[in-house]
Amino acid sequence: MNDPGAMLVSAVLWIPAAAVVILALIPGYRVTARLNVLASLLTFAAALLLLGWRPPTGQFLMVDDVNVVFIVLNTLVGFTTSLFSANYIAHELETGRLTPKSLRFYHAMFQGMMGAMNLALLANNVGLMWVAVEIATLTTVLMVGVYRTHEALEAAWKYFILGSVGIALALFGTIVVYLAARSVVGEGLDAMAWTVLVRAAPALDPHLLNLAFVFLLLGYGTKVGLAPLHAWLPDAHAEGPTPISAVLSGLLLNVALFALLRFRMVMAGNPHTLAAGPLMVSMGLASLIFAAFMLYRRHDIKRLFAYSSIEHMGIITFAFGMGGPLANFAGLLHMTMHSLTKSAIFFAVGHVAQAKGTQKLADIRGLTVTHPVLGWGLLLGVFAIAGMPPMGVFMSEFLVVSSTFARQPLIAIPLVLGLLVAFGALLLQATRIGFGEAYGSREPVHASYVPMFAHLSLVLVAGIYVPGPIVAWFQHVATLLG
Amino acid sequence: MEPLQFDMAHLLAGGLVLVSFMLLYQERMYALLNLFALHAVVLALSVAWQAFIQQAPHLYITAAIALGFKGIVIPVALHRIVQRLHIHRAIEAVVGIGPTMLAGMGLVALSVGVILPITSASSSLAREDLAFSLAVILLGLLMMVSRRNAVSQVVGFMSLENGLILAAAGAKGMPLVVEISVAFSILIAFIVIGIFLFRIRERFDTVDLHALDSFRGERP
Repeated sequence: MNDPGAMLVSAVLWIPAAAVVILALIPGYRVTARLNVLASLLTFAAALLLLGWRPPTGQFLMVDDVNVVFIVLNTLVGFTTSLFSANYIAHELETGRLTPKSLRFYHAMFQGMMGAMNLALLANNVGLMWVAVEIATLTTVLMVGVYRTHEALEAAWKYFILGSVGIALALFGTIVVYLAARSVVGEGLDAMAWTVLVRAAPALDPHLLNLAFVFLLLGYGTKVGLAPLHAWLPDAHAEGPTPISAVLSGLLLNVALFALLRFRMVMAGNPHTLAAGPLMVSMGLASLIFAAFMLYRRHDIKRLFAYSSIEHMGIITFAFGMGGPLANFAGLLHMTMHSLTKSAIFFAVGHVAQAKGTQKLADIRGLTVTHPVLGWGLLLGVFAIAGMPPMGVFMSEFLVVSSTFARQPLIAIPLVLGLLVAFGALLLQATRIGFGEAYGSREPVHASYVPMFAHLSLVLVAGIYVPGPIVAWFQHVATLLG
Repeated sequence: MEPLQFDMAHLLAGGLVLVSFMLLYQERMYALLNLFALHAVVLALSVAWQAFIQQAPHLYITAAIALGFKGIVIPVALHRIVQRLHIHRAIEAVVGIGPTMLAGMGLVALSVGVILPITSASSSLAREDLAFSLAVILLGLLMMVSRRNAVSQVVGFMSLENGLILAAAGAKGMPLVVEISVAFSILIAFIVIGIFLFRIRERFDTVDLHALDSFRGERP
């Protein structure tokens, strides 16, 4: 444990774990909200240092070029969300939607989820990763149901059942991967380690890998929210507390997709397997087009952006399905941009819903008049997520489209169609929300603008100029993904 | 491979598939719960047998969890919930028993047809175990989609999960099986506590999931 890298890895995992216990025990929401921020900040700091000090690869945990990007992103968004959450819950307490007791529970679960996601990203073992994804699912289910309303309970139950079935299917896939590896690398932990699996990929039985991948795609695909397995996603986003919507969209979907990408690397290493690409491309396209049309007829602001998450996860899955260095690069960039932008949007939406006292789109009008800063912030976020230049999302979407045009022009047609339909829907909804006759409450709201604008400025900067080392790093990871 | 070892494993795994079929056509709630307890007991025997022939003592823990937790605690808890919520009347099915059984047979044929050809390299014990467990998983899924009632959906999910434990135990030398079965037990405990604590009946006046579907949060 004297290695600085190993200490950092345990910090990333143990700080959230310790925070779960502490936050569950301490009463008083002001203290716990601050402790929650502090724990998230420390985890983020440890994750940043991991960029410099890399621990040796162990049997259970590892840090490699691929997952370190995700860990930094995960802890960064976790930290900013905890800042937002501290402000958000103060208002929820005032209005009585949450009680001090349920807040203790909420904070403990927030850290539990962050820890589980970090574990899923750091795991070098397919079984351990599965367990971590399961814990992350359970904690989010509990948080979605935290308001105890009719709708929240229904959403939590739906998420629970669909998520559990998804995760059960993923476990079957994991067992089949182990069976495939066992005959090559022998029994025991080695046959479940990523590092060993990727190295041994060419020798693995391609039929077993195919079978496993189908189950993994369906299982983890449910958690990514790919159509037609997305049914839980809009409900869970709409009925839970908004900080949870932000981390669900920004992080948990990414973690599930990351799991899928790891298995895809194994598949790509074996020339005789069924091509994973077309499966991912078609599921991605289906999600994109389906969600793009669904955007038009939403009545609830959080549901609107939940469908937008389905759309973007579709684009990302599509990009990784196309494969190759350029499309993978675009997928990675889009994943990062989507995480930052979508969580910023949910930060804004959370305060908007509090200011207006409703989530109904029909009752949220003329926001730039009633709440100028919040309204323009939200509009900026929506323009970013719709893919307007010069924001980062535009750049990554442009890369996805251009790399597809270069290789498969015919597939690019439905892709562009989906993007345009979604663009139109978001613009239409944004003008309704932002402009027009001012409606509803004009009371100022205690909002924390820092997390929202920090994310948006990162996205803006990324759209104009990405520093050379980061580009080189992403390119390197993109080639590793195959 | 001694024939007895193979035959016993085969018998127990086949027994699990058989009980899965019996779960499919139950019409009464209590009978369903009793049969689920039987399902868990058969699973426990099957895992214990695997522990014996693989000489893997940690699998006995998995078998004990299956027997104690899923064979006794969960069925008893569900019994009490059903009693307290007064939902022991007949189970509503989405499709009739005949078509469900036919679909079930089709799923078993499918899993055998999928697994056996592609695992020709593995030992026959591992192959058939995997085929049976996939059959149990698919039958569990079928039960979840063919029933409207929350409790029977949960029973369907638990039988699906038993199939997973069977697959994990049959994969010789697989690490983390105990951890995975513990993780699943936590998940199931959450589901059962969820049914009870959330008091679906009080909130919705029924555990018929059809009634839950009436609300979609999308009304303008």
